[in-house]
Order: sequence, then C-alpha cells, then structure tokens
Amino acid sequence: MASITLENLAHSYRPNPQGDSDFALKEVNLKWDDGHAYALLGPSGCGKTTLLNIMSGLLEPTRGRVLFGDQDVTAASTAERNIAQVFQFPVVYDTMTVRDNLAFPLRNRGMEQAYIAERVDRIAQMIGLEGILGKKAQGMTADLKQKISLGRGMVRDDVNAILFDEPLTVIDPHLKWELRTQLKSLHREFGHTMVYVTHDQTEALTFADKVVVMHEGKVLQIGTPQELFEKPAHSFVGYFIGSPGMNFLPVTIQGCTASVHGESVELGQDYGQPDGELALGIRPEFVRLTKDKGLPIRINRIQDAGRHKFVNTRVFDTEFNIVVDANQEINADMTNIVLDPDKISVFHNDWRVEGRSAN
Amino acid sequence: MSLRLQDVSKTVDGLLHIHPVNLELEKGTMNVLLGPTLAGKTSLMRLMAGLDKPDTGKIFWGEDDVTGKRVQDRDVAMVYQQFVNYPSLSVYENIASPLKLQKKSRQEIDAKVQEMAELLKLTGLLDRKPSEISGGQQQRCAIARALAKDVGLVLMDEPLANLDYKLREELRIEIPRLFAASGAIFVYATTEPEEALLLGGNTATLWEGRVTQFGPSIEVYRQPADETTARVYSDPPMNPVTVRKMGTEVHFPNGQLAMLDQETAQFPDGEFHAGFRAHHLELSGDAEGNIAFETKLIATELTGSDTFFHVEAVGQRWIGLVGGPRSFVEGEALTVSVAPQNIFLFDKSGTTVGKLCADPARAGA
Amino acid sequence: MEKTANQRAWFLVLPVLLLVAFSSVIPMMTVVNYSFQDSFGGNEFFWVGLEWYRELLRSERLWDALGRQLMFSSIILLIEIPLGILVALCMPKKGWLASLCLVLMALPLLIPYNVVGTIWQVFARSDIGLLGRFVTDLGFEYNYAQNAADAWVTVVAMDVWHWTSLVALLCYAGLRSIPDAYYQAAEIDQASRWSVFRHIELPKMRGVLIIAVLLRFMDSFMIYTEPFVLTGGGPGNATTFLSIDLVKMALGQFDLGPAAAFSLMYFLVILLISYVFYTVMIASDKEEAQS
Repeated sequence: MASITLENLAHSYRPNPQGDSDFALKEVNLKWDDGHAYALLGPSGCGKTTLLNIMSGLLEPTRGRVLFGDQDVTAASTAERNIAQVFQFPVVYDTMTVRDNLAFPLRNRGMEQAYIAERVDRIAQMIGLEGILGKKAQGMTADLKQKISLGRGMVRDDVNAILFDEPLTVIDPHLKWELRTQLKSLHREFGHTMVYVTHDQTEALTFADKVVVMHEGKVLQIGTPQELFEKPAHSFVGYFIGSPGMNFLPVTIQGCTASVHGESVELGQDYGQPDGELALGIRPEFVRLTKDKGLPIRINRIQDAGRHKFVNTRVFDTEFNIVVDANQEINADMTNIVLDPDKISVFHNDWRVEGRSAN
Repeated sequence: MSLRLQDVSKTVDGLLHIHPVNLELEKGTMNVLLGPTLAGKTSLMRLMAGLDKPDTGKIFWGEDDVTGKRVQDRDVAMVYQQFVNYPSLSVYENIASPLKLQKKSRQEIDAKVQEMAELLKLTGLLDRKPSEISGGQQQRCAIARALAKDVGLVLMDEPLANLDYKLREELRIEIPRLFAASGAIFVYATTEPEEALLLGGNTATLWEGRVTQFGPSIEVYRQPADETTARVYSDPPMNPVTVRKMGTEVHFPNGQLAMLDQETAQFPDGEFHAGFRAHHLELSGDAEGNIAFETKLIATELTGSDTFFHVEAVGQRWIGLVGGPRSFVEGEALTVSVAPQNIFLFDKSGTTVGKLCADPARAGA
Repeated sequence: MEKTANQRAWFLVLPVLLLVAFSSVIPMMTVVNYSFQDSFGGNEFFWVGLEWYRELLRSERLWDALGRQLMFSSIILLIEIPLGILVALCMPKKGWLASLCLVLMALPLLIPYNVVGTIWQVFARSDIGLLGRFVTDLGFEYNYAQNAADAWVTVVAMDVWHWTSLVALLCYAGLRSIPDAYYQAAEIDQASRWSVFRHIELPKMRGVLIIAVLLRFMDSFMIYTEPFVLTGGGPGNATTFLSIDLVKMALGQFDLGPAAAFSLMYFLVILLISYVFYTVMIASDKEEAQS
C-alpha cells in the first residue's frame, strides 16, 4: 500500500491540444493519503473518469506524473500498478462460479490454495455471498453481479488502491444503501486506499472521509462533507452540494456590510474593501422570512414537501430559494428575508474568501 | 372533461395486476401515482392511455365510454422515463412532429413550436439533434413534444428518474408551471414521496396493484388511511414500533407511556402497530413531552442537505433525519425521542386508528 | 369498434398467406402426391403407397449420399467455426484497417455459388490452374477430377474459402459488443490471454455462434451448385451429396416417384437435425442462464 500523488496532471483526448478548452483534465495536483476513503464528485463531463483512468493506468496523461509512494508509475501498465478497479457495469466471468470469480485474481498471481480459500470465504462472508459461492455467475441479478465485482476488487490484500467507477449505477435504489454500507465497513476492515467516482452527492458524502469536487476538468475543493456544506471553496460547490443548492446574490462589500441594490446585509466577518466580482452565498436553510426588515422579496411559489416547505422567491433579479419548517405559516405580508450573518459566505470571482473576525 | 375509471382491473397470466379501481380525475388537475417499483403505476397508465384494454370495468372520457378505443384515437400524450425522441430529426422537427400529423398549417406549427421551446427553455437548441444536447434537454424536448399536441390527458411515467439530481431539481420546479399553462389532466408516476408532494395536486398511492388512497397530496401524506399508504408515502419507510393499548394509555416496549384522545380510546385494548416518519425522530432525548428511547447508532448517510442516521432501538431498526451534514460515531449510544402527536396508530388490519395525544399532563410517565 | 380493427389486420396478412400457399405449400403437396405414385410416360399415374419409401430406405444409394453429406457438414463445421473465431480475434478493433478487413471479408460472400464453383474448377486444375499447378509442382499428385480424396479436399477448401468469412463476421460482431470494462478488468486481474478468451470472449460470442453453426449446417447440408460445377458429383460418386443425387434421380432418370419420396425424406432429415441442434443449444443456453 502507498500514497498516490498526482503531479501537474493534464489530459487531452485530442492529438495536438492547443487552448485550455481542448483539455478534458486541466492541471490537477492531488495527494491521496494511504488508507483513506475518497470520493471524486462532479457532474458528467467534469473529468473525473479521465482522472480515474489515469490513476489505474488505462490512460496515459498528456502532461504530468503519477506517483505511487515515491515511485513514478506514469508509464506503467495497469497490471504493474497493482490496483483493483470496480466498474460502472458489473464485470463477472459468466462461465465461472462465484467462488472461482472471487479467486480468479489470486489464482492468476499464483497464490497458495489455502490462502485463496481462506481469503475468498472471508470476503464472501463480508458482502453476503457465502450462500451462493458454488453457483454460476451467469443469469444472476445486476446487484448480485456487482457484489461479485466488488468482492473481486477487495479480494487481494496487497493492492495499492481500489478504484470505483460509479459502481452503484445499475443497482436498484433500495439496495444501494446496503452496498454503500458494506463498502464502508469493508474499508474499515481492510484499510485500503479507496477512490470512488460518482456524480451522486449522497453516494460521495456517505462513502468518503474526504470528497474531491471537480468541475470542467478542475479540482475545486477537497474537504469533509461538513466543509463542503458550510464553507464551499467555489460557488459551483455551493450550488452542487445540497438540494436545493446555495443561493447567490451579487453584492458590493464594505467591511462587515454587504450591499444588494442599495439594501444592506450584515456579514459575520470583516472583508475589508474588496473589488472584482463579488457575491454572497447562503444556504436556503439559513434564511428567515419576515414581515418588515431585511431584503425585499417576491414569492413565486410555495411547495409543501411534508417535512418542510420550499419557498421560491425573487430578490431583485435573482432567483432565491428558502426552506422553512413545515409548521411555519407563510402569510401574504411576509415580504422580506433576513440572512443569518454567520452562515453567509463571500465569493470573489467565484472563489470563497475568508474575512477577518468582526471584532 | 374528466377521466373516470370505473371498476377497472387487469389480469396478466392469471394474476390480478390491477385490482378493481375507481378513480375520477378532473380537468386541469395534477394527479400523482405514487408507489414503489412494480406497484402497478405503469400498468394503470397504460390502461388510462388505451395501450392496454382492461379485463373488467369501463373508462369514461367525459360522458363517452372510451374503454375499447385505440390509443391513436384518444386524446393523450405520454412522456417516458427514457428520453424518447426521433434521433434523426432536429429538436424543432421533434416538437413539430405531432402537429404535422394533425395536419396543421405551417404558421400554426411554427407558432406552437416557438411557444413550446420558450416554455421549456429550448429556444437556442431548435436546430440541434437529440444526440447533441444534454439528457435534461432531451427530456425537455420529449415533454415539449407531448405538450405541443394540446391533448386532454398527459401521462408522465417517472420522467425525471434518469436525470441527475440537479436537473431533477430544476425540472421538478418547472413541471407544475407547465401543467398550469396547459389546462390538461396530468398523471405523473413517481416512486418518491417528496416528488409527489412538490408537484401538489392529488395523489393516488399504489401498493401491489391496489390504489390504497386517493386525495389531495398533502392530506394523504398527513392523514394516511392505513399502514400501507403511510409506508408508501414515507421515504425512508416509517419507523415501526409495537405498542400496547390499555384504556387511554399506550405503553411502549421500553416502558414509556403516552395518552390517547377520547375518540381513539374507544378502540378495544390490545397490541397495536405504531409508526412515525424519519424526520420526527429527534436527537434531543429530553425534549418536553416526548417519548425517549435509548438507541445504538448503526450507520449514517449524508445527502448534502440532510443526514440520515440509522439506529437500533427496542429491537427495531429505525432511520432518523436531521438537517445539514452531521458526523456520528458508529456504535455510539444515542438518546432519541419522538413527539407523541407524530406517532400514528394502526389496528391489526392496518387501518389508521389515529395519532397519539400530545397531552402535556400525561400522568405516570 | 375494436373488432373491425382486428379483421382489418387479417386482411393485411392475407396476401402473404396466399403467396406462401402458392410458393411452398401447394408445390410441396404435389411432391407428397408424387411420392405415393408411379408414372409412365409422364402422365399416367399408379398408386403405389409407401413402396418408394421402402425401396429408398433399403437402397444403399441414399445411405451413401447421406453419409457423405454428414461427413461433409461435420468437416466444414469443424474447420470454419474455429477458423472464423480465430480470424475474428485477429481482426483490428477500429480504424480504417477494420473497415478494410470487413470489406475484404465480405467479398467471397458476394460471389454467386456457380461462379465459386467455376473459379475453383479453373483455379485447382493441375494443368492450367494456379493452385493445381503449384501443388503439382511441389511434387504432390493432385487431380480432383480423378482422385476422390483430391476432389473432397477441393470441395472442402472451396466451402471454407466461401463461407469462413460469414462465421468470422458474425463472431466479430459478437466480440465488438463486449464492453471495454471486461478487458480492463481482466488486465487488472492479470488474466492470461487464454482466460480472456475462455471466460470473456467465448461466452459473449455464444449467441452468434449458435446462429453461425445453424446457418452453416443447414446451408452445407443442402450444398449443390459448387460440387456440381466442379466435378458433377464425381469422380464416381465421391462428391455426390444428397441434393446432387436427388437431381440425378429426378431429372437424369426421370424417376419422379422415388425422387419425390427422396426429397421429402431429405427435407425431414434437415428439419430433424436442425431442430435437434437448435433445442440442444438453446436448452444449454437456458440452463446456463438459470444455474
């Protein structure tokens, strides 16, 4: 096992990349620490699968280096890198039994019979395949097949890392939870470095200790779920994490006060006198509807979702979502909103800036 | 115009696929069919559309019996989970295709296509082919084509299931707007309770081919008629607990007590099933008037805005829901509580008996 | 309302039914009719019952032809299926080379049967044929018109040349449908080339292989034109397969009755063997799927 370092990685699928737009992956520097569970989260086309394939050796990057520990493996083949990978669609050897499927990577490496048997039994027990080890894999349901794929990924204990490429895509929604939980406990049990690629925030946040958010070929933020939620480093992270995502209002800022079309909003920190494009961001959960004070709004629509209400409004020209408690009455005279100063983030050219403590 | 199903049922291979159902959908209403996979949502929609013929019962469109009428002769449009567009036609031609079949004039077609494109934010994409636009845009195109026909009945079979959540969020807000603009009867199938609530209108809950309840969405959600409806209309599923009723008192397995109102207290004593929703499981164990439970945390799930926590309590597995991402230590002891007024009581047949009483003066606790 | 719709559907099917009736059912019934009768001079008929069938089953002629036929079909299946798979595996996966390969492979399939026969008749002649001369110059005694074994080798080579590309193209289509993830997974699992073939490629080609075997079997069982053009079924009766024998009997000797009985039995044999093939293969497919 080893840490994985990605140094100045960039990749283009074109033969002679010119501008920035030719690159599917733009200048990535990352270090995956040994034994942690990471998620690579981003919308489709953000470059996360490209990045994963570079790590597994299926793609050679246009620029940059991949290090396993101190060893440069940029040009090494997949087999030489000693990694395991689980793919989006289950890959099982149909003609083999479940047991043979699990044992396959070990047998190919000439492991001892006794070791193989013990290892296969242990993995099968952990992911609940012990009852069907003798059956042929052909004709099994997608989720069983994906379990077999997961098992084959986990069966070797000497791998440098296990990579997952949207492994729950074909799994029935009510079974996703079970597999996700099993993955977590497998990680705890074996301590492999795991990298999990997905576009689904629930999968990413639930699985990983640290989530890497990617957008348009760039890494925007690496952080714990709390950090991504409370302090998104980039406005895209704020928008992408959470449902509904963060609200943004273009502002000008003077110290502890932001001004939106002449209306002032109190901020939790002192930001000095920044210039450039500024926006304040706040999550729909941290906004309160009021009768008179605060920013003026126009309510477009109220949707009752049972446990809370979604209020869709306009603040000047900007769409603004608010989430309020289910029991709260919303009256026609609620024409303003108040933002919780401590929950406001300030973004300068889309990147979050930290202010100084207000006092 | 209304769509009325009268004792409609469908048998497939000797099995009753759709139990006899009576439904009346009024003009200009949004009707959600809510149920898990294989509950019969698609089968019911196919019957409504005329793609399948019911084995018993009749279907009325206004006063007309349309039971045996072919789908081509009916006034319906359908949107599927898969994005169904003509791959070789541009977005413009896709939207125009039903209008051409209706032999509309070129000006009429153009006006309608522009209107639909405007409504569904496709204006800049009219010259593109479906393969050149994103999944969300493809589904918008399919919806535009369905709405362009100006039909009386629009059926949508899990139209957002194949989109990722940000696009789903966006279209979920738009669909009620589209519906309001069209004036047609909308029927919308989904597996997600929250989606049903956000769409508003009416909900018919389905379970194993049976419509268990039909009424205004928020009412069905707040007052489910039976345990099955409550289960279908809760995601995650309702947390179950078995209680013992004795007079006006209800005893929980851990010795806690709650009271019943006069009406509910009339029911005979004995064991009852009780249940409450995930977000009613509170982390504040000592909240005034709540029923507290000692539990062990098994797992957590983070969805971005919320955290689900799975706990083991009184021999059951429960799921709770709190706002924001939270970190719990798996295996830790957790005191949780539920307010009595959030607990439903069901009798042996599953019928809802009532809720527990939030009486602050509950004695003997 | 819906009843008229149903009947309209029947009207639409009617032309096809009529066509099938005139093109196959009625001619077939004539053959059945002939097979129970004897004819003199072409228009006098006597009812002979099952006599022709009894005679045929006793005659060595039918059994010999059937034996040759089965032998031929087995040989070409044993060569063409593995060879087709091998060719498909060697074909490039993408790029202009792949397209070029596809075109080249399709060429033999476009040549009419009798032309194939003619090409080989000339190509393999030991006096002027390119192949025939070459083989003779190597010191082999080779003459397909005189030597039965040589005739067999030539007919088999001709069929392999003509039809292997069909098997290869079918297999190629099967191979192309395997997602890349399978190969990547195999690489990560350090699977050997043989394992990849045995556990990924072969199972995924199963469906197309069933079709290839069925098509090649039925088609080779009915082979007529090529050996007829090449040697006319000779030398002797060495390459007289069932269909050649049948034509000899019906047209050469004008034995309409026995020929009719022959063709019906021929038809039944093909039907029977194809059915057995099909059920065995489909059944094992299902069994695999369910286990």
